[in-house]
Amino acid sequence: MPKLPKLPAPPLPAALQEPPPRPGESNGKGGPIEDAKAAGINVVDWVDERTSLSGAGRWLMFRKVPKGTNWFYTLGSATMFAFLSQAVTGVFLAMYYRPDPAGGAYESIRHVTNEVFLGQFVRGMHKWGSSVMVILVFLHMGRTFLFGAYKYPRELNWVIGVVLLILTMVMSFTGYLLPFDQRAYWATIVGVNINGTGPLIGPYLSDFLRAGPEFGATTLSRFYAIHMLLLPGAIVALIGAHLYLVAKLGTTAPPWMKAEQNPELRKVDV
Amino acid sequence: MNQREKEEYLREYGILKAQGKPFFPYAVAKDGAMAVVVMAIIITMSLVLGAELGPKANPTTTTYVPRPEWYFFFLFEVLRVIKPPSLVPLATIGVPTIGMILLFLLPFFDRGPERRPERRPIAMVTFVTVFGAMAFLTYQGANAGSPFAVEKPTPPAVKQAGGATLAEYELGKAVVTSSGCLACHKLGENGNSGPGPDLTHIASRLPAQGIARTLVNPTAPMPSFKNLPAQRFNAVVAFLSQLK
Ligand code: HEC
Ligand code: HEM
Repeated sequence: MPKLPKLPAPPLPAALQEPPPRPGESNGKGGPIEDAKAAGINVVDWVDERTSLSGAGRWLMFRKVPKGTNWFYTLGSATMFAFLSQAVTGVFLAMYYRPDPAGGAYESIRHVTNEVFLGQFVRGMHKWGSSVMVILVFLHMGRTFLFGAYKYPRELNWVIGVVLLILTMVMSFTGYLLPFDQRAYWATIVGVNINGTGPLIGPYLSDFLRAGPEFGATTLSRFYAIHMLLLPGAIVALIGAHLYLVAKLGTTAPPWMKAEQNPELRKVDV
Repeated sequence: MNQREKEEYLREYGILKAQGKPFFPYAVAKDGAMAVVVMAIIITMSLVLGAELGPKANPTTTTYVPRPEWYFFFLFEVLRVIKPPSLVPLATIGVPTIGMILLFLLPFFDRGPERRPERRPIAMVTFVTVFGAMAFLTYQGANAGSPFAVEKPTPPAVKQAGGATLAEYELGKAVVTSSGCLACHKLGENGNSGPGPDLTHIASRLPAQGIARTLVNPTAPMPSFKNLPAQRFNAVVAFLSQLK
């Protein structure tokens, strides 16, 4: 293509020309559509100017995952989504639940199940979601074990993972009592008594869980507080730490992957 | 892993990572697809299986067989299989605690540089054994009753008689299992050895009428079972009078 001649400069002297808009400003020429397009960018810019979060976002989202990353690597985030689903459905259940062993607890669950719009559906999601989450945690743990992902430098992430596993199981144990039907009550009594047979701290642990030597009025509210405040908080914090380490260290490549030697790199230029 | 192996690993990993794809959008797309699948499974389970609510908790009944959530079945099963009281703490707390500690420490005792499963025979054998054992115990626990279940082989005479006799025997066994008798009585390998007497060979001590009389009009603390429906009551008596 032949070189085109340059257009002549505009007739105005430079000093009189309107300067192009600076980032975050509009010269009013784009019209409302351009302004609307720019609005999102402006908001992000505004926040970023004050927080410098965009670097963290880039670091998190545009890091590379190694060659060979496959579907098994989705099990961790799938666990996280199951947990989020539990959190959301749990909030809705908490709007109706009353931790009152004298009948209020059972009655409030009966009300949710039978009368509240979509109540049984949400309760079912919470109930079966717990099973799904437990299965996913175990699958994810199996994956990291088989791939040797707990080895250097990811030992700490494995340890955090084991704590998450225990917390998930305790979540399920404390949640099981809350509907306060026969099954919940007797299974929990047996569970607490099993704890009590443990060495050293066993009796103290079961006294703590029961809020006293007998299964009484405060037991239920104690289980409820542990189930919906203490443990979810701890789990959220630990998932944060877990994911920070994942992003910091990178996920493992599948163990059978070998780095190809790029022949280009071996060429010696003389 | 010694220092050289660590550095080798990091170098190799660095190359593999450089050859990989950016997390966004490639990994995010897979994770998102998986999240949709997970949500679809949860929603389907909720719609199909619903959320039942059993009868209201009643601390005064002893007639309920506690069942934990299925993923605790394996623990329950351990408790059921291990009977001697001195071993129970070991079974219920000891085994899980030791398991958990080993799990915590895994990265600190398994420090070899090898990551390929086929070259880590000890790790793989352990993996298969542990998961296999847990799956087996869960399956057993799912099919067995509570730790209070009665495990006595059906006497051959009853088996031969078959029909109504066998059915009544089995019903009686089920009622005894679910009525909390074993909280106070020992029956074969199962149950507690007090405050009630051992029922393993009750029939050689007490005729059927005597058993029926005890059930209707027992000495405290044994509760009276005269309110059981007649069919179930007779089944209990029939079952107990086979325990020679
Ligand atoms: C709260 C504890 C308790 C429960 C529950 C209980 N028992 Fe008893 N049982 C006892 C005690 C204590 C005795 C001894 C008192 C007596 O001989 O009258 C006894 C005695 C008996 C006897 C007479 C034994 C003998 O050698 O004379 C029979 C038979 C018996 N129980 C059957 C049952 C059956 C069947 C059940 C369940 C349907 C049951 N018990 C539930 C505490 C209990
Ligand atoms: C609430 C439970 C958990 C959540 C939400 C979670 C989440 C995640 C996520 C999103 C990843 C990224 C890569 C992947 O998916 O594999 C990951 C990696 C990892 N997780 Fe978990 N996890 C949980 C429990 C566990 C448990 C129980 C263990 C093991 C005991 C564990 C050990 C690891 C390890 C070692 C990695 C690094 C894997 C690698 O680099 O390839 N996690 N986790």
